[in-house]
Amino acid sequence: MDNHLVKLREIVKIYRTGETELKALKGINLDVKPGDFLAVMGPSGSGKSTLMNIIGCLDKPTSGKYFLEGKEISKYNKNQLALIRNKKIGFVFQTFNLLPRTTALENVELPLLYTKISGKRRRELARKALAQVGLAGRENHRTNQLSGGEQQRVAIARALINNPTLILADEPTGNLDTKTGDEILEIFKNLNKNKGITIIMVTHDPHVAEMAKRIIYLRDGEIVDEKLNI
Amino acid sequence: MNFLKIIQVAFRALMRNKIRSFLTILGIIIGVGSVIAMISIGQGAKSSVEERFQSLGTNLLFVRAGSSYSRGVRGGMGSVTSLTAEDAEAIQEKCDAVKYASPTVSTRAQVIYRNKNWNTSVIGCNEYYPEIRNWTVELGTFFTRSHVKISAKVCLLGQTVVENLFGEGENPVGKIIRVNRIPFTVIGVLAEKGESWGWFDQDDVILAPYTTVQKRLLGINHLRSIDVSAVSFERMDEAEQQITELLRERHKIGPYEEDDFFIRNMSEISRMASETSNMMTIFLASIASVSLLVGGIGIMNIMLVSVRERIREIGIRMSVGAKERDILFQFLTEAIVLSVIGGLIGIIIGIVGSRLISHFAGWSTLVSPASIFIAFIFSAIVGVFFGFYPAYKASKLNPIEALRYE
Repeated sequence: MDNHLVKLREIVKIYRTGETELKALKGINLDVKPGDFLAVMGPSGSGKSTLMNIIGCLDKPTSGKYFLEGKEISKYNKNQLALIRNKKIGFVFQTFNLLPRTTALENVELPLLYTKISGKRRRELARKALAQVGLAGRENHRTNQLSGGEQQRVAIARALINNPTLILADEPTGNLDTKTGDEILEIFKNLNKNKGITIIMVTHDPHVAEMAKRIIYLRDGEIVDEKLNI
Repeated sequence: MNFLKIIQVAFRALMRNKIRSFLTILGIIIGVGSVIAMISIGQGAKSSVEERFQSLGTNLLFVRAGSSYSRGVRGGMGSVTSLTAEDAEAIQEKCDAVKYASPTVSTRAQVIYRNKNWNTSVIGCNEYYPEIRNWTVELGTFFTRSHVKISAKVCLLGQTVVENLFGEGENPVGKIIRVNRIPFTVIGVLAEKGESWGWFDQDDVILAPYTTVQKRLLGINHLRSIDVSAVSFERMDEAEQQITELLRERHKIGPYEEDDFFIRNMSEISRMASETSNMMTIFLASIASVSLLVGGIGIMNIMLVSVRERIREIGIRMSVGAKERDILFQFLTEAIVLSVIGGLIGIIIGIVGSRLISHFAGWSTLVSPASIFIAFIFSAIVGVFFGFYPAYKASKLNPIEALRYE
């Protein structure tokens, strides 16, 4: 067995709306090693997000095989996928996607609510994760009291709390100014370097993609180019 | 997610929209409150009817003399003279479903004490009569078997008679009154029954030994009726059966002849009255449940709005690993919390409301634990029933679309 964390074979995704068919992905083959930092680039409509949703177990491919840590995820049902999302994967979105009017601590705790971990231990872990992204002392601030950069840090802490093997970031700096964006990217870089967490990041910003070890280019649902950063 | 956490999350979500939650709950409060108040009115009416029957007598059966028939002329009810004191004796002795039997005769008489007089009914009976008709003696004692045997001229007075013949604070016991100009010694006063049946005042009565009334006041040897108390409510029909057989035999009535007596079984009448008030209870409760139903629809409406408003939240929860079941329970719990809180407050409002009704309208109301329990369970069921559809809808959302929803 090879040691790929993510292995995609001939992944096809077709969206059907009434009569019209949209082929979002046309047979993607992709291998991601553990500890990799991959940037996915491409113009809008190229299938970046669809690819992310499939890797993130939010969606199922129409055909093709998806192996995560050697297990064939493409055969899993909805509940099993939810469990994978909970245990293995952390998401960071462009729009942060935090619960409104909820404290930073509660947002970070959220994934653990769907595990058997006790309330005390949950808060402990959440505090730790917040400290990791430099938000110690802001645990009880509500979402709307935090700046954009802080909100994205909370989202990263939330993604980290379950000790995921894979973090998926969808345009994580898209709603931030350059300086804050760089700070966020620095956090990703550290997580990748120091903790060995695999990161897959969607972006259309070449400057952001520079941070990754490897860049793939998507166009019309196909990988058209690949580049390694030294 | 554990149970406590689910409830906590539900509470927090509901507290975010306090006014909306309160208005939703209000529907259930009114529903449960009115169900409880309406049932209490029905139950109150039922118990006051039962009380009235109880004051008439326990497990009471009347054996009445039938109508006479001679040479084509039919007499009225009670005109047959075949019912005798011996029949009463025999019923008492031989029917094992009968606890007490008392011969009764009655007449109206003018009673005089000093300068006051009053017209009242005089009932002749035996020493068991207080047991049969639930009379208690307030002052003095009831007459005994020997009083009956010697046709003693003694009597007991009902409260209304006392009020009309004696002055305030005067003790009637030991006084001699004249009943149709015959002197009777008052040996006791009966406790007030209070519960009257419309125009019929149960306390306007004089009780005397039936032998005395037969000989001194009426000059007859037969009875108007025999009042019988059965051993228990369940055995009333049996008692009726036994009495019928016994009397047919004693009166030598052939197999194809009609009875010369008839038996009125109070259990039938009280059953009928209970059924009537039960029907009223059901009727009132079903009207009230309509408001509970409307309250439930209110919950469903608000939950649908709430799910729509929180599509993004649902998407976030799903993306971090919430299963369909988790989302379903989350929203279902919110609906149940709403309806259960409404139910609890409704119970209090219902109890207070029924108190107020009995206070201001003067109706007797009765809040039974059963009605509270039923109303509460019903409100919880309303929560589950009307909460399920919105919760199910939420749980079936597609996580990607939910996350993108603006």
